Amino acid sequence: MTDIAAGVQRRESRIVRTLKGLALIRESVVGMIGLALVLFWVAMAAFANQIAPFPPNATLYPLAAPGEFVEGMGTFWLGTDHIGRDILSRIIHGSRQVLLYAPLATLCAYLVGIPMGLAAGYRRGATDGVLSFISNVILSFPVLVLYIIIIATIGASGANIVVAVTFASAPGIFRIVRGLVLDLRNREYVFAAETRGETPWRIMLVEILPNARGPLIVDACLRLGYVIITIGVLGFLGLGLPPPDPDWGGMINETRQMAMSFPHMTVFPGIAISSLVLGFNLLADGLREVSLRD
Amino acid sequence: MLIFMVRRFGTMVLTMVVVSLLLFLLLEINIGSVAIKVLGPYSSEEQRNIWLEANGYFEPFYIRYFSWLGNFITGDFGDSIRFKVPVGEILWPRLANTGILGLATMLVVIPLSLVLGVLAGMKEGSNLDRGISVGSIVTTSIPEFASAPLLSAIFVFYLDWLPGTSSMASGFSLVQLVLPAMVLVLYDFGYVTRMTRASMAEVMMTHYIRTAVLKGLPYKTVITRHALRNALIAPFTVIMLQINWLLSGVIVVEFFFAYKGFGALLLEASLTKDIFMIEACAMVAVFVAVATQTIADVGYTYLNPRIRFA
Repeated sequence: MTDIAAGVQRRESRIVRTLKGLALIRESVVGMIGLALVLFWVAMAAFANQIAPFPPNATLYPLAAPGEFVEGMGTFWLGTDHIGRDILSRIIHGSRQVLLYAPLATLCAYLVGIPMGLAAGYRRGATDGVLSFISNVILSFPVLVLYIIIIATIGASGANIVVAVTFASAPGIFRIVRGLVLDLRNREYVFAAETRGETPWRIMLVEILPNARGPLIVDACLRLGYVIITIGVLGFLGLGLPPPDPDWGGMINETRQMAMSFPHMTVFPGIAISSLVLGFNLLADGLREVSLRD
Repeated sequence: MLIFMVRRFGTMVLTMVVVSLLLFLLLEINIGSVAIKVLGPYSSEEQRNIWLEANGYFEPFYIRYFSWLGNFITGDFGDSIRFKVPVGEILWPRLANTGILGLATMLVVIPLSLVLGVLAGMKEGSNLDRGISVGSIVTTSIPEFASAPLLSAIFVFYLDWLPGTSSMASGFSLVQLVLPAMVLVLYDFGYVTRMTRASMAEVMMTHYIRTAVLKGLPYKTVITRHALRNALIAPFTVIMLQINWLLSGVIVVEFFFAYKGFGALLLEASLTKDIFMIEACAMVAVFVAVATQTIADVGYTYLNPRIRFA
């Protein structure tokens, strides 16, 4: 008797259990490397003003080579670009743009994709048919073609990037959630909730969704990496955030004409974005590894 | 099987119709802006009205849509605003160039990723497997617009082995194809490798493979005769679907290396608001994507006897 009571008391809230599950990441070497890369860039973004040696948009000394020391100014560790802005400072400040818009856009895509997936997987029938067809149509576009058409039509700005990412990513999230729900809806606890007479949305959000969180957390990490690439690509194609504030894709776009003669201008922002994406991909791989272990 | 193919083909046509309607709505619902794009921002109200009248833009929306669709199917895409010639004259040669680039990429990606995936999946958890898996995560984390400058820094700036642009101004040149294809291969092979590895690892766990090993067959025979046949069905689908991703990558690579291909054309058309060119390019891109998806589905059904004979 006391054992059962103690067992009930020891049962922690879902959030605590999820966090404990995520903490298992420390058992995966690959996952820890990923986490370290992500936290590195989060710290860079948080303390950009303190870390960056120069203001990001200031014209200082054009075409400095990496590591060049200029009298009266200091050392440009990664060199400067064609109009004399310090590349290291721009990369550090650029992490802010990426780490603001990528999570925001991913979150919006999940807020649209999850309810759609829940509804389609739980209700099935016509709801599923219509939603699946719509998402198949959107997914049949090559992604970048879709982004280019949307951004070229509605214009390039931070808010519009969030809109475009939501529109293009929600169908993918819809598919994953739908698949998970189709599996989970036949579990006994769902039948129990139905027998208790709970409303469909309560069942979907309280009974089904929390049990689908594992694969969704892994997917979110992969998707964040992919959204970071997308924002970078749009910046690179000149369809991203408006200048002069630095974003990594835009930095490569502005200096790509000089890529063959001054490689440092394009290579370092490229390394920055690749390392952040790699961080999220390794984190996802590590999380998947520890979640499959038991 | 026949019913399946007919249904799959019907879905493909329906998808194309819906996509065409979406594009038409997005780009041509506001006829005033169509006139401005065609005649330029400095055209007068009178000019625009005469042009709209002459081109049937005052007809009801559905009549315009169906006549547009009819023209489209018969290959009449309208005239490019920027080039002042029929869209098809520009589009088809550009598409052929992109086809060459895509083919070159696939010719490297398919053998490379299949071999690496099979090697990794043969012994799950071995050092070779860990190495290949981590390697493929690293390469898929480097987007094309980051690897393109990086590879040109190495092969153009430091080693001076390859040309830095691929405009092919003086005829076709294989050397100029190397860097763009290399960038696409680097980004794309990792995903196919991982999928092949997963498929191979799954097959290696099955009972019939264990039986084959236990009855004393040489390991090589087990792999080539028993495992590969089933393990390579899933990668076929992945490779076909990869063409959809390739169409995105091609835009970045063609833009960076000034390659005169379809992706660069689509991007230029979007930036210069050349709307009939955008429509044609988008429809062609979606057609290629949808067609490869259909082939992937039909091919998968055909290759997998469990479905074929069901």
